[in-house]
Amino acid sequence: MAFLFYLLSGIALLSALMVVLSKSPINSVIYLIVCFLSIAGHYILLNAQFLAVVHIIVYTGAIMVVFLFVIMLLNLNKTNEPHKSVLTKFMAVISGGMLFLVLIAAAKGVNEMIVAKEFDANIGLVANLGKVLYTDYMIPFEASSVLFLSAMIGAVMLGKKDKK
Amino acid sequence: MENITSAIRIIPLEHYLFLCLALFSIGVIGVLFRRNTIVILMCIEMMLNSVNLLLAAFSSYRSDPSGQVFVFFIMVVAAAEVAVGLSILVMMKRNVDSIDINLLNKLKD
Repeated sequence: MAFLFYLLSGIALLSALMVVLSKSPINSVIYLIVCFLSIAGHYILLNAQFLAVVHIIVYTGAIMVVFLFVIMLLNLNKTNEPHKSVLTKFMAVISGGMLFLVLIAAAKGVNEMIVAKEFDANIGLVANLGKVLYTDYMIPFEASSVLFLSAMIGAVMLGKKDKK
Repeated sequence: MENITSAIRIIPLEHYLFLCLALFSIGVIGVLFRRNTIVILMCIEMMLNSVNLLLAAFSSYRSDPSGQVFVFFIMVVAAAEVAVGLSILVMMKRNVDSIDINLLNKLKD
């Protein structure tokens, strides 16, 4: 089973790199979908079945389709995008790599953080998560509905043509 | 089912950490690297997803369902963020007829 983890990680990292490097935005969207599907595979490996299904529905089914719609609607699929200077690109890679190194160094010895606890394979199931969501996290859940409403109003307001 | 359950016993948590940090760094590099606004939005999505995966990993290794509930909330925030971000992008395309992020530097001066 460890083999599956490394396979999925390789796919995720490669497709994430291709999102950054590919020339046309459509290709970036396709690679990002591949990356999200491999992350859904990771969720299944982690016994988070509900999260895997929600992830596929929300990200691959909704968000990426909206991205594709916007690209096609605005006819953005041009490959002659202006590029940043070579120096800026070089500095971007250097600073990203430095961030990676710093985070790795900061996260050393994470295994001591795990409290030895009885392993429970059922925490990722809908029944268990729903119980936690509707008892402990009731107020954040209601607040997120307000967030959705405000995001919807904001999107409509921004997308409206302003009359001169 | 039992085979899948045993998977997280084999793989150390550090490997999940390395994977998620690498994904996050690739997202940061993408934001700094590209000028296309839609690719920058996609890189932000990738960073949110790497954090989601790390939260789910910690939640599974500690057998604590709170982490997975947080992942659910982050998905909610990501969906709202994409709706607003893409409508800003549509407005930008309509007003300056380009999606080059370097054109939006008027706040600087």
